[in-house]
Amino acid sequence: MRHLGVLARIQLDDHEVERLTGQLSAIVDNIAKVSEVATPDVPATSHPVPLQNVYRPDVVGEMLTVEQVLQNAPDATEDRFKVTAILGEEQ
Amino acid sequence: MSDLIRLTAADLSAKLAAGEVSSVEATQAHLDRIAAVDTEVHAFLHVSDHALEVAADIDRRRAAGEQLGELAGVPLAIKDVLVTTDMPSTSGSKILEGFLSPYDATVVARSRAAGLVPLGKTNMDEFAMGSSTEHSAYGPTHNPWDLDRIPGGSGGGSAAAVAAFEAPIALGSDTGGSIRQPAHVTGTVGVKPTYGGVSRFGAIALASSLDQVGPVSRTVLDSALLHDVIAGHDPHDATSLTDAWPSFAAAAREGATGEVLKGLKVGVIRELPDSGFQAGVSASFRESLALLEAQGAEIVEISAPHFEYGVAAYYLILPAEASSNLAKFDSVRFGLRVDVPGGTVEDVMARSRDIGFGDEVKRRIILGTYALSAGYYDAYYGSAQKVRTLIQRDFDTAFAQVDVIATPSAPTTAFRLGEKLDDPLQMYLNDVTTIPVNLAGVPGISIPSGRRHPVHRATARGCPPLPRRCGARGTARGFVGWSAA
Repeated sequence: MRHLGVLARIQLDDHEVERLTGQLSAIVDNIAKVSEVATPDVPATSHPVPLQNVYRPDVVGEMLTVEQVLQNAPDATEDRFKVTAILGEEQ
Repeated sequence: MSDLIRLTAADLSAKLAAGEVSSVEATQAHLDRIAAVDTEVHAFLHVSDHALEVAADIDRRRAAGEQLGELAGVPLAIKDVLVTTDMPSTSGSKILEGFLSPYDATVVARSRAAGLVPLGKTNMDEFAMGSSTEHSAYGPTHNPWDLDRIPGGSGGGSAAAVAAFEAPIALGSDTGGSIRQPAHVTGTVGVKPTYGGVSRFGAIALASSLDQVGPVSRTVLDSALLHDVIAGHDPHDATSLTDAWPSFAAAAREGATGEVLKGLKVGVIRELPDSGFQAGVSASFRESLALLEAQGAEIVEISAPHFEYGVAAYYLILPAEASSNLAKFDSVRFGLRVDVPGGTVEDVMARSRDIGFGDEVKRRIILGTYALSAGYYDAYYGSAQKVRTLIQRDFDTAFAQVDVIATPSAPTTAFRLGEKLDDPLQMYLNDVTTIPVNLAGVPGISIPSGRRHPVHRATARGCPPLPRRCGARGTARGFVGWSAA
């Protein structure tokens, strides 16, 4: 469960890990029945409408301004999103 | 209570067109109603502070002789999953508190262009995950028929607003039943259109292969009128169908004559268990079938053996897609950021997501991450996609025999707030009959069928035929048939 939390980038506390473990095992027990009918001869469907290669003309359309793009940013500076350090000190 | 709020959208638009009432009067009446009842119902997360200005503009344009759309001047409630430039859009989540979109969702833009007057944004389960609105980060909506009961979910706010006469019509979104199940428990009408029929651009994504935006109303005609406004190809949505849609409103009006039910073949699913369905729901459903028969429809038993695997497949596909879609809440471009002193950007991300997401959202993200992880992918996600094929085949087989399929929209009527909150699995089973419709991409409608007790309303649902080739005609015909019932 902690590993899944790391993969999903959610810092779960001990209480959440314990509760989620119980709930997820009950849910997984119930949904595992999909394998009963999913035989090798059945093709998989990822999408209800089998559209492929939807293109549009390569022309400049309406675009957001820099101000619009940044208007909801938690932090921004010099027309850019500002984030916490992405590298540790030794790097 | 003003008589104006009792009017259907169709009747109100007729009065507006005839000059008997102004949009400002109609909008004010609904704002007054919201002020009077919404502290108890809590259908709205945000009420527009300039709805009257929009209404006044419509009135001016009408007075100047401008040709306006049929619904021009009619107030509209908008589910908070749809982004709006003039009101915050949170999708019921703390992680998006105060978010102001730089653009309008296509359905919102089309509604504005048609002259509809946005009243506000309606409450919902966080990121549309839930069947009761109890998972909203801003507190639950209450069922207007009985405030101790749930209004359904995820679109409980839109359904409650319409049921409580706070708005004549509303926009919702339906991923596994989020328009239809709230309609079922509030005695209103809700439509999940054909997948690709209505643009998803600007609808904050839950599960992209299942999500569809649709109308919420008190009558079938009103839903049809709103569908006519929002449907049709949108180049901003790559999954949008290029098919031209016929007028659903015209079909609904034709259907109201009752003639179209003669010879309509209505499929009833043999495998649908009696157990799990509340006795009142089953009884009301049987009464609806009898009414259909009395008007000339033919009830045909059909087999859909894989529908029973629908919930299981759905709770693999949806969390898988949701875990990917919600990765964008990374505390960088928008949304909550919780700083971690001395922490890296990943620490900040993980902390922000833990604080910003509610329990149900975390549950589904973790479930989806699990279903997609190495070693489990084939057994879970891969198998679920195969079930999706089998369910589509069940629909194909059924629609070779019948014109529509009818089921109860949900197994029970409105349950009490808190009753299923600690049992996610029970909550998931609410959508047992609505989910196959999303998995196959076909349209579905939930309409009221029983009125013996305000809360205990069962609902029948028609799923018109697969829309790819014959769909336009079939879909309209579904509306027609049910409208008359």
